[in-house]
Amino acid sequence: MVPLVRRTMVEKERFLKESEFMHGFSLVQALPGVLAVNTACFVGNKVRGVPGALVCIAGAVMPSFFIILAVAAVFGEFRHIPLLQSFMRGATPAVAALIASAVLDMGWRGLDTHSEVVMAVLLAGAVLVFSLHPLWVVIGGGVWGLLRRP
Amino acid sequence: MGAPAPSMIVWELFSAFLRVGFFAFGGGMAALPLIEREVVTRHGWLTSRDFVELVALSEMSPGPIGINAATFAGFRAAGVAGSVAATVAFCLPSLVLVVVAFGILDRFRSHSLVASFLRGLRPAAVALIAVAAVSLTRAAIGDWFAAVIAGVSFFLVVRKKIDPVLLILLAGVVGMAVYR
Repeated sequence: MVPLVRRTMVEKERFLKESEFMHGFSLVQALPGVLAVNTACFVGNKVRGVPGALVCIAGAVMPSFFIILAVAAVFGEFRHIPLLQSFMRGATPAVAALIASAVLDMGWRGLDTHSEVVMAVLLAGAVLVFSLHPLWVVIGGGVWGLLRRP
Repeated sequence: MGAPAPSMIVWELFSAFLRVGFFAFGGGMAALPLIEREVVTRHGWLTSRDFVELVALSEMSPGPIGINAATFAGFRAAGVAGSVAATVAFCLPSLVLVVVAFGILDRFRSHSLVASFLRGLRPAAVALIAVAAVSLTRAAIGDWFAAVIAGVSFFLVVRKKIDPVLLILLAGVVGMAVYR
């Protein structure tokens, strides 16, 4: 979605300059939440303040919101049908594999040092083995980052 | 003891997803373990099985997986009101951080403390997605055939770069043929 945002907002509508977009985009990447939402929010805020941000978030979220709502409603109705249950039994292992591949991808591309890899494993282990709330992973990672600064 | 009032659930959903939205560093997939902890473990609105199906459907539907998962979970917990509450709550930290803190963050982002903190978040994001992967694998693989599907899928994604939606559809069709 982000390349589309850039093409529409910078090139087509000229709401903001390329440099403004790139500058803001590099910052919103560090924020929590969905990148597409953060980007839309930043662009909207830059162009028209809070109303702009709200409008852009709504625009970015609403189409898929209604679609997934329809999917959820339909799924809720037909969940008990054996054929659909069989479908899910086949589909869910594939989804697990997809997420696992994302771990590999992110770990390979995003982590630079051995200590970062070890930290990722430790943090994941803390949640899986000791049932630590995942939010402590974020806090733990941030604190570790602070502690190890040169 | 009777079931909690729907309005209570909606409020609990809202506060749960505020927490999720605020800590979801690393994109929508990193939000998954946060969502699971709130929706399955803490409040019991869904089972682990339900959650893994939710993720599958969220991945297949257009739109970011994080938002889809929030909307879906909210709907399962408390209908349309729940889906709105969960989605709004999930997006609210983004809105606040961008609108209110953008100027501040911008000025301080090259500050060494802030930069160090952000660098520490990289392994954290990977860890979150790893937790999601393990948790989903546990819930999704109950028999050896599911393990085969997972293994073949993993190969197809990593080596053959198969389109995710196509993979899930194919795996589902295989499931329909095998599990009767």
